[in-house]
Amino acid sequence: MDPIWYIVIAVIVVALVGVGVGVGLRQRALEQKRRAEIEEPTPEPGAEVEPEPGEEPAEPAEPVEPGLDEPEPPKSRLQRLRARLAGQNNALSRGLLSLLSADKLDEDTWDDFEATLISSDLGVGPTTELVDTLRTRFKVEGVDSPEKAREILREELLKLVDPTLDRSLNIRSEGDDPAVCLVVGVNGTGKTTTVGKLARVLVAEDAKVLLGAADTFRAAAAEQLQTWGERVGVDTVRGAEGSDPASVAFNAVDAGVEQGVDCVIVDTAGRLHTKTGLMDELGKVKRVIEKKAPVTEVLLVIDATTGQNGLIQARIFREVVDVTGIVLTKLDGSAKGGIIVQVQRELGVPVKLVGLGEGADDLAPFDVEGFVDALLEE
Amino acid sequence: MFDTLQDRLAATFKNLRGKGKLTEADIDATAREIRIALLEADVNLGVVKEFIKNIKERCLGAEVSEALNPSQQIIKIVNEELVDILGGDTRTIRFAKKPPTVIMLAGLQGAGKTTLAGKLAHWLKSEGHSPLLVAADLQRPNAVNQLQVVAGRAGVHCFAPEPGNGVGDPVQVARASIDEADRRLYDVVIVDTAGRLGVDEVLMQQAADIKAAVTPDEVLFVVDAMIGQDAVNTAQAFADGVGYDGVVLTKLDGDARGGAALSIARVIGKPIMFASSGEGMKDFDVFHPERMASRILGMGDMLTLIEQAEKTFDEEKSRKAHEKIVTKGGSGFGLGDFLEQMKMIRKMGPLSKLFGMLPGMDGAMKDQLNNIDEKEVDRIEAIILSMTPAERDDPKILNGSRRARIAKGSGTEVSEVNNLVNRFFEARKVMSSFANGQMPAGMPGMPGMPQGALPGGGGGGSKKQQQKKRKKNAKGVSGNPAKRRAQEARKNQPAAKEPASDPAAAFGHGFDPKQFGGGFGGQKPGDFDIPPELEKMFKQGK
Repeated sequence: MDPIWYIVIAVIVVALVGVGVGVGLRQRALEQKRRAEIEEPTPEPGAEVEPEPGEEPAEPAEPVEPGLDEPEPPKSRLQRLRARLAGQNNALSRGLLSLLSADKLDEDTWDDFEATLISSDLGVGPTTELVDTLRTRFKVEGVDSPEKAREILREELLKLVDPTLDRSLNIRSEGDDPAVCLVVGVNGTGKTTTVGKLARVLVAEDAKVLLGAADTFRAAAAEQLQTWGERVGVDTVRGAEGSDPASVAFNAVDAGVEQGVDCVIVDTAGRLHTKTGLMDELGKVKRVIEKKAPVTEVLLVIDATTGQNGLIQARIFREVVDVTGIVLTKLDGSAKGGIIVQVQRELGVPVKLVGLGEGADDLAPFDVEGFVDALLEE
Repeated sequence: MFDTLQDRLAATFKNLRGKGKLTEADIDATAREIRIALLEADVNLGVVKEFIKNIKERCLGAEVSEALNPSQQIIKIVNEELVDILGGDTRTIRFAKKPPTVIMLAGLQGAGKTTLAGKLAHWLKSEGHSPLLVAADLQRPNAVNQLQVVAGRAGVHCFAPEPGNGVGDPVQVARASIDEADRRLYDVVIVDTAGRLGVDEVLMQQAADIKAAVTPDEVLFVVDAMIGQDAVNTAQAFADGVGYDGVVLTKLDGDARGGAALSIARVIGKPIMFASSGEGMKDFDVFHPERMASRILGMGDMLTLIEQAEKTFDEEKSRKAHEKIVTKGGSGFGLGDFLEQMKMIRKMGPLSKLFGMLPGMDGAMKDQLNNIDEKEVDRIEAIILSMTPAERDDPKILNGSRRARIAKGSGTEVSEVNNLVNRFFEARKVMSSFANGQMPAGMPGMPGMPQGALPGGGGGGSKKQQQKKRKKNAKGVSGNPAKRRAQEARKNQPAAKEPASDPAAAFGHGFDPKQFGGGFGGQKPGDFDIPPELEKMFKQGK
């Protein structure tokens, strides 16, 4: 007999025993949880550390040393980036416009519209839903002018991107411990670059930042991060290549507590969500950090070119490290990152930041209305 | 929510089945499902439309044979078309008549160019060439360092005269590298360029300049398998801006379906030459169109599963465990062996995903599988680890007090230990008869599962199935699916040229949701049809 059969059998047996027992255990666990919930009220999640009035990090962070880059202040950055998003040769906005300017909304127009949405990686589900809603609303509300149509479209798009989600970043320290931001994602989405840009944003806001290079796997990743840090005068805590990322992360946070910084940003190695071992490692990184200080923000970096796989990525990363926000990078290309709509809807994790270019300051907060308006702009 | 085309089509074909002939309405319904499946695999919309049109034509055309099951026919056509497009003209590197052969890599940021450069160099080196890596990515901070480290891992030399980080002219570096290769007698030069967006005209011009400077024999466009609908725009932008001769798909070790491959192959018409899957230097292979086709369609990618298994499974251990299963009705197979198995399988990836790859999974079963929490599997491990070696080898000696001790030791309850042991005995029984090619006495369903969660589960399958089974065996065909398939294949071989790549065979029985409605509970070895790829492997093994 071939060993392959053994493998197939092995998988099946594990399935048989695993699923049976697993489900049994799960039910038990659920029951226990329920029991526990009845017995004692859940402790307040927010009451970790009370800020002590005397030690508030109110003193301004040290001014950026001369000779360093001066990061752009957030205000002007936002305007510039919004202009960039809108000014593009934007397939989505073109498609929507042609839809609105058509005299009669016939099947072909709707088909084109649907195609435009699908081409922006929105996914079949949300697209069909949006098209159906629009069709119904157009019919019911008797749309007679492009302005009216645009209004409805804007409303529905807004609803889709959900402006009610809390998109603020928890990366300023409250109390003694510094805020800790863990940046995760699959390979090549731009994690290290995002960490570098985020550090600049914080420095521009006069916060004291420390970087942790917990990407000990990829060749020269720590150097890359250090280069980013040096440009704005931020220190980087790093370990030897191939060392345990959790220990590097711990050291970084430890140093952060000691130096009394406002925020420690920990960069992790890119990992495909299908690699169980690597995902376990990531879980460990977070657990180990939390021995020192609570992780206040876990950012998942997703590349705007990512297709439907992005949803699976987000789901698994959320299971492992409880992602609290998404950074959508490379939005300056021709891809629109429509996948985040599905990610937000299904997982309830909001997009908090967008990366819009190669420039060091091309990172901006995600602004729903601005995003939608930019799509609809002529 | 349907996960794969196989689920979708299973639902559609439930109605089609038995008609024997495709009507236009049938085809329209199926076409819709195929369309959605392809879109969810990130195939470009334009490509999908064209593809569906072809499929429809072929389905309606003369090829429809009333003798074949319509669903088989459609899947066969879809698969053939996919393989046709993907495998258009596969080839590997063209070497220059006069060395050095110059290979240039281009692509978006984060596609994996630098890593690929190392893999390519490693592969070329193992083929007996002496490659030189050229660091022409002077843009990204420390990209040069990364390439140097990668070159070290691959055991090749790296030409990096400029420090990078925005310093230096990549065109100059590329030009100088050719002289260097001439002087030092490297016969292949691999130029790693900076990642760039298709819309960035300045950088695209730079890439074109590098190309003009080194006149590469091959320009490879490196693209991430996870890319979405934008694949075509990007690929087109690079084709116009730089021009390339072949495509390399990276990050295939993830679970993206990689529809981009189809879009690019179709729209640009350039062959996909290599597939890169993993972090190691050796995780690099020529592209297999058939595998990509089944991946895009979301048909259980058994071949990948097997490959992963071969990478992680210890052959010696597997062989021993297998012997134990086959001999003495499996009684030699203890919980310790089971633990080993489970550990190896968990190394292969998330359990739910692995089980999903098995053919013949239907929706309800999948839901169950999606609910497995890996942490709960840890508890199973804990229970087994709380046993003495003797107990693991022969769980029959577990009496009440031993069980109580184990429960205490693993922080569980006696009922859970009981549950595990009982499950294990049942599974062992099934497994051993499975391995011996006999019919197991019906597997009782899985207690602990909510009643009714598995339709038809819990009774060892419906009577109808058993009758069907008996009929099959009465024909004198081996109960061992492997043997049976092999027999059939042997019979068919002279008639059909490629029985192994006929997807209809796998779909015909294996993906009937009714047959598998009982999930594992009702599964019989005979019903467990192996997909063609596995069958092929199996035959090779003989």
